[in-house]
Amino acid sequence: MSKVDLSLSEVQVRELRLGSITGFQGSAQELVSASRCGLRDKNRSFSQCLGCSTGNAACMVTLIRDAAVISHGPVGCSSCLHEFAFTYRVNAPLRNLDRPTQRKIYSTNLDEGDTVYGSDQKLASAIREVNERATPNAIFVLTTCAVGIIGDDVESVTEEAEAELGIPVVPIFCEGFKSKVWTTGFDAGYHAIARKIIKQPRERRTDVVNVINFWGSDIFTEWLEPFGAKPNFITPYATVDSLAYSSEAAATIQACPTLGSYLAAALEQEFGVPEIKTASPYGIPQTDRWFRALGKMLGKPDVAETLIAQKKKEYIPQIEALREKLTGRTAYVTAGAGHGHALLAVLAELGVAAKGAAVFHHDPLYDNGSEDSDALAQRVRDYGDVPNINVCNKQEFELVNQLSRIRPDFMLARHGGMTLWGAKLGIPSLLIGDEHFGMGYEGIVRYGERIIETIENDEFVKNLEKHAINPYTKWWLAQEPFTFMEGAEIWQAS
Amino acid sequence: MAGLIEQERYTCAIGALQSVVAIPKAVPILHAGPGCGNMIMGFFERSTGYAGGNTSPCTNFSESEVIFGGIDRLRQIVKNTYKVLDTDIQVILSGCTAGIVGDDIESLVDEFRAEGKNIVAVETPGFKCNNFEAHSLVVNAIIDQYVALFEEEQPYRSDKNAIILLSSIPYQDPFWKGNLAEYKRLLHGIGLDAKVLFGPKSDGVEEWKRIPRANFTALVSPWYGEPIAEHLEEKYGQPFVHFPHIPIGANETERFLRTVLAFAEKQGAEIDRIAAERFIRRETEAYYEEIDNLATFLLEFRYGLPNHAHIFHDAGYVLGLSKFLLHETGIVPKEQFVVDGIPERYHDGIRRELAKTSDKKNIPLFFEPDAGKAQDVVRSLHHNGRGIIIGSGWDRELAEEKEYDFLSASAPSPYRLVLTSHYAGYSGGLRVIEDIYNTSLATYR
Repeated sequence: MSKVDLSLSEVQVRELRLGSITGFQGSAQELVSASRCGLRDKNRSFSQCLGCSTGNAACMVTLIRDAAVISHGPVGCSSCLHEFAFTYRVNAPLRNLDRPTQRKIYSTNLDEGDTVYGSDQKLASAIREVNERATPNAIFVLTTCAVGIIGDDVESVTEEAEAELGIPVVPIFCEGFKSKVWTTGFDAGYHAIARKIIKQPRERRTDVVNVINFWGSDIFTEWLEPFGAKPNFITPYATVDSLAYSSEAAATIQACPTLGSYLAAALEQEFGVPEIKTASPYGIPQTDRWFRALGKMLGKPDVAETLIAQKKKEYIPQIEALREKLTGRTAYVTAGAGHGHALLAVLAELGVAAKGAAVFHHDPLYDNGSEDSDALAQRVRDYGDVPNINVCNKQEFELVNQLSRIRPDFMLARHGGMTLWGAKLGIPSLLIGDEHFGMGYEGIVRYGERIIETIENDEFVKNLEKHAINPYTKWWLAQEPFTFMEGAEIWQAS
Repeated sequence: MAGLIEQERYTCAIGALQSVVAIPKAVPILHAGPGCGNMIMGFFERSTGYAGGNTSPCTNFSESEVIFGGIDRLRQIVKNTYKVLDTDIQVILSGCTAGIVGDDIESLVDEFRAEGKNIVAVETPGFKCNNFEAHSLVVNAIIDQYVALFEEEQPYRSDKNAIILLSSIPYQDPFWKGNLAEYKRLLHGIGLDAKVLFGPKSDGVEEWKRIPRANFTALVSPWYGEPIAEHLEEKYGQPFVHFPHIPIGANETERFLRTVLAFAEKQGAEIDRIAAERFIRRETEAYYEEIDNLATFLLEFRYGLPNHAHIFHDAGYVLGLSKFLLHETGIVPKEQFVVDGIPERYHDGIRRELAKTSDKKNIPLFFEPDAGKAQDVVRSLHHNGRGIIIGSGWDRELAEEKEYDFLSASAPSPYRLVLTSHYAGYSGGLRVIEDIYNTSLATYR
C-alpha cells in the first residue's frame, strides 16, 4: 500500500513512512533479512554533524531552469545553496544548455523579532518581491527549523500568494529537526512538486520516459533512442512546464531509487505513469533485468534483447580483462543507500572483494513496496553477502575507526568529505561525482579503469599518510567501532 | 529590520563556529539542528581545519529534543567528545532549535568546567545575528569563560611590546590566514609581537591565555571585531588603536604601520624607531621596484586592461581595495557595494573613510546585504572601457553579462582556491595586481 497522499501538505518523514533507519551494523544479508521483518533503528551516544532535509529539498528545486527558491528562515539555512548555482552552471553542457541562467536563490533572513512575532508577513512580501525581481514560472518556499518550531502558517501564505500572482507558489516542508534521514528532503520536494506543479496528463506519450536523477552525464538519450523514446529529466535542468507534463510520459525510471522513490510512486499512483521498479542498472545481471523491464514497459521487448546482446558483445570482453587485473583486491564503500548498493554490485563484477560499506541510511523497501527495487537484496542474490555493512549517517568517527581496521586496497565514495580519511590512512580513494558513471555494462568498464588508475597512482595518498593530522584519540581508535551505538555488539573485522 | 537577501555573502550566527575551527586544536560542538554544520561547511568550502566540518560533534536536534529539551543529549555528546577527540579547547555553539527551546548551555558547561575542562558555551542561534557579529560573541565568550581562568598568572599589560591584533574574520575573509601572517610579519618588523589568535601563526590556547599581558589592541576593521576591542579595554585596561580597513599596497600599509607605531610609543612600548623606519623604507622600496617595473605594462598594454572596478565585499575590503586600485594601479573605483550586513550606525563612518580616497572623485557607495539587488544596480549602469568586478562566486555571471573581467575575492568562492596568499600589506597589494592582470591576460588566447 503506497504512502503517497497528496491531500496532505507535508510528506511523512522516511522513518515513519518507510521505516528507514540510520544505525545498523552487520552483514548485507542480515540487513536485507531484517528489513523484511521489522528493522529497528539504533541511536548513538556520540554524533557528528549530519546533513538535513532542507539541503536535499533545495537540490531538487534550485536547478529547475525557470523557478525561484526562497529559503524561509535565518540566512544560514541557505548558506550552501551557492554550490547548486555552481553545479547548474558547470554541468550545463552535459544537458546541452548553452547559456545557463543565474540561479534565483533567496533567504527571508529572519531575525530574533520574527521568531517572537511571527514571520508570515515577511514571507508574503518576500514572495511578491521575488516574483517582481525574478519573474519566475514558479516559486518554491523551503521551510526551516525556526519557522517550523514557531509554527508559522506557510501553507496559507503560499496559497494566498499563488492566488494573487497566478504562478505556482509551492511550500516545501523540510525542517531539519523533523527527520534523521536527510533524503526525507527529496521526498518533501517531490511531494510539493506532485501536489502543486504536476498536472493531469493531456495525452499519453509513448516517446517520453521520465528520468528522476541528479545532474550527471546524459547516458539516457542514447539508451532510450533504440526504443524510440527520449528522456524527460526530473528535476535538475527541467522547466516548470516539463515537470507539469511529466504526467504524460510512458514510464518513469530512476538513477537512484533512494532519490526518486517518492516521486516515481506519486507519478504512478496519481498520474498513471508506470514506474520501472527494477533496481537501477548496476552490474551485469541487474542491467539485463533493467533493460528487459524497460523493453517490456515500452512494448518493445525485442529491442531490449538486441540492445543487451550488442552491448554485452562490446563490453563483456573489456569487463573480463579488467576483472583479471582487479581480482583479489579489496575495497570499502561509503555512499548513500541506493548508490552504495550499486557500487557494491559494480565491485563484484570487477572481481573486487568488498570488505564493508558505510551507507548513510537504509530504507527497508521504497514507496512502491516492491522487492524488485531493493538493490541490496539483488546484490546479495547475484554475488553473495558483504560483511561489515554499517548504516551510518556520515559519522566520520565510525568510518575512521573501521577503515583503520579493515585497511582495504582502495575506497570508493560518493559523497564529499569521506575520501579524506581513506587518503589520510594511505588508502587510494576515489570519488565519482557523476552518478550515471557506473551504470550499464559500460559503467563497469568505466569504473574498472578509474579504479586501476587510482590504485596505481597512490603516491599522493602515501605521502599524505606520512603527514596526516589526526584529531581522533588513541583510545577511540582502539575501541570497537560501534562502541557508541545502542546495543553495541562485538564487531569483527574480516 | 532585516529584509530579503538574494545571493548571501555571509551566513548566520552559527557560522562563527569557523572562528573556533581557526584556533589550533580547538573543536566546535554544535547544539543545533542536523544541517547547520553542513550549511556552514558548504558556504565556506575547504574549511574544515582540525576538527570542523564532518568531525565536529553535533547534537543533531530531532523532534524529541525540540519537545523535551536537548541538554541531556548535549551532556552525553560533550562527555563522549572528550573520549573521541583530542582537543585543547571545546566551544559549544547553539543553533536556532536550542535557542527557541531555551536550553541552558551555560549551566551545562559549568558542570564540565568543575571537572577542569577547557570548555566554553556561546549562544549563536541563526536568527540572533550574522557571523560577522557572532565572531565577537565567540571571542568574548572564550575570553570570559576560558582566558579569565588564568588571569591571575598573567600580569595585565606586562608585556609592553605584545599586542592583540583583531582583523580578518577566519574563513569569512578568504585571505584570513595569509593576512594574519603578513600582519604579524609587518608588526614584527617595527618591533611588536602581534598575537593573532587564529591560524598557524598563533600559538593556540597558550596564546589566548596570555591575552591579558598584551599592552594594547590593534583593531584593523571597519566595524566587526569592535566589541572585542572594547571588551579587552574594559576587562584588562588594554586600549585599542583603530585602523578602519585592510591596508592594501604601500600607501595604506605605511599609514597603518605608522599609526600603530605612534600608538605603541604612546603606550610605552620599547621601540627602536630607527630600525622600524628602516624596515618600512625597505618594504616600500621593494614594493616600488615592482610597480616601477610594471608601470610600462599598465600604461602601454594595447590590447585592453580594466580601467574601472565594481567591488562586492565587506566594508573593509571595499575601502582598502578602492584606495589601492585608484592610487596604485590607476583602475578607477566606480559604484561600490558593501554586502556584509553592516549595522546602520557605522554607515557614515564608512562613507567618510571612502571619501578620503580622492578629493577629485566621488565614489558612489551602496550598503546592500541583498547582493542580488546590488547586482541589479550594476546591470543598469554603463561606464566606458573595460570593467572588472571583484566579488564572490555569485558575481561571475554578472561579469559575464557585462563582459567584464572577474576576480573572485570574497566568500563564497567556489571558483577560486585561497590557501595562504594574502591581500594585506605591501606584498598583498602586489598579489592583487597579479590576480587582476592575470585574470585579464588569461582572456587573451
